[in-house]
Amino acid sequence: MTAKTVRVIPGFSLTLGLTIGYLSLVVLIPLAALILKAAGMTAQQWLGTLTDARVLASFRLSFGGAAIAALVNGIFGLLVAWVLVRYPFPGRKVIDAFIDLPFALPTAVAGIALTALYAPNGWIGSLLPFKVAFTPLGAIIAMIFIGVPFVVRTVEPVLQDVDAELEEAAACLGASRVQTFVRVILPSIAPALLTGISLAFARAVGEYGSIIFIAGNLPGVSEIAPLLIVTKLEQYDYVGATAIASLMLAVSFAMLLAINMLQKWNRQRLGGLS
Amino acid sequence: MSRAATRDPVLVRWLLITIAIAFLALFLVLPLAAVLTEALRKGADAYWRSLGGDDTLASIRLTLLVAGIAVPLNLAFGLAASWAIAKFDFAGKAWLISFIDLPFSVSPVISGLIYVLLFGAQSALGPWLIEHDVKIVFAVPGIVLATIFVTFPFVARELIPLMEEQGRDEEEAALTLGAGGLRTFWAITLPNVKWGLLYGVLLCNARAMGEFGAVSVVSGHIRGLTNTMPLHVEILYNEYDFVGAFAVASLLALLALVTLGAKTTLEWWHRDELAASGKH
Repeated sequence: MTAKTVRVIPGFSLTLGLTIGYLSLVVLIPLAALILKAAGMTAQQWLGTLTDARVLASFRLSFGGAAIAALVNGIFGLLVAWVLVRYPFPGRKVIDAFIDLPFALPTAVAGIALTALYAPNGWIGSLLPFKVAFTPLGAIIAMIFIGVPFVVRTVEPVLQDVDAELEEAAACLGASRVQTFVRVILPSIAPALLTGISLAFARAVGEYGSIIFIAGNLPGVSEIAPLLIVTKLEQYDYVGATAIASLMLAVSFAMLLAINMLQKWNRQRLGGLS
Repeated sequence: MSRAATRDPVLVRWLLITIAIAFLALFLVLPLAAVLTEALRKGADAYWRSLGGDDTLASIRLTLLVAGIAVPLNLAFGLAASWAIAKFDFAGKAWLISFIDLPFSVSPVISGLIYVLLFGAQSALGPWLIEHDVKIVFAVPGIVLATIFVTFPFVARELIPLMEEQGRDEEEAALTLGAGGLRTFWAITLPNVKWGLLYGVLLCNARAMGEFGAVSVVSGHIRGLTNTMPLHVEILYNEYDFVGAFAVASLLALLALVTLGAKTTLEWWHRDELAASGKH
């Protein structure tokens, strides 16, 4: 290595300028508009909106429902990833490709399809003894749907990298298969699993399109926070909409930070393994 | 090959495979099947008739227009951003990458709201926009902006890791041999990342055509004018025109399946190319 490197590749200022300019115009300035608007509000305006019973109920459903959905996806996503990585069976590649469907299918389409399935006269709804569509449970079903790929896709590559020799060593030392899973495999995939669960949670908290069709949107019962933002906007209540949106944005940023830290931990773990 | 110590009993194996398939069938396959069944509930004639309606055709045209603007812009941005980030070292690079990913972690509704706050009648810009008869919110420009926002990271996040992996040697060699910057880009960089680029564009396009929440907030829902296909699905559904709603939805589902198919095919080729290029 020479001490001084000469830049041979051209276009640095042009491409970086374009990148920062376009990023500011499309993303940063509009987001700053929301933050500025929120910063200009009085404490009374904030508390007036955020302590309203209807708003609190919508937060409970958005955050609580997203937590349940993320946990369900954590369990089943780990199981699906395990099966796809460990057990070769016919049709595995097709199933693997299908995992990304919730990323590709527009949320409105997912919403009406899930509603048709879980409505009292639908294929699944008619088999169940309790109501799913038009209840908070319906919102959770939609949140599970849109979160399916996150856990599978973050756990899959890490599971592939888990060293078979570690498992063999555990077996040699007398560990049962279950012990090996809990004591050897689970700790090495824990950061990836937590990352996947956090991503699924973050996505479900903000989800709108697929939920509003199936949830029934009863104020205080099955109304999610993003829908309440839309409702406030339609009533020209910009202060209320901004208060809810800025709180959700703050949570998103906190999640983003947490996910970044999890991924750093994940890389350290992987580095330690190999 | 799996070895004895890492192999699970056959019974456990099949039990887990069955649970996994049942979960995926319940949450992924059945919704897709429901779209097709509901769309064809009243027969093929009713299906085609509802697709041929004026408002439906207008929504398809608008969706194509919006994706036709948003995708090329984000493609150009993705190329510029990945060139700057992968081919140069500068302070604040990690921050820049985080900012590019930002739209993924913002709720779609908030993605729409920010443009209403910026360009709506109540905003600081509002009176000026009204005076000069510039319509952004509740018109096509707002829909385009919201779509650009939500599809912003797709191409860039696909290209940045790919270009970083390719390194700078080939470009530097071409430049030292006398090729110009643009020629180097067309002859060296672009062929190296073309599949990754296509992959990013496919995902970007699927999201651009399918975005609902962000577009819903800025659209104003004017039939025939500011309704994209996903918004039209909602309107038809709320009017109890289920065949119509599911017919439009089936087009979007088809788009999703084509995207997934192309993505999977690309992943198979692309993986080989990446493996080959990684062996320098």
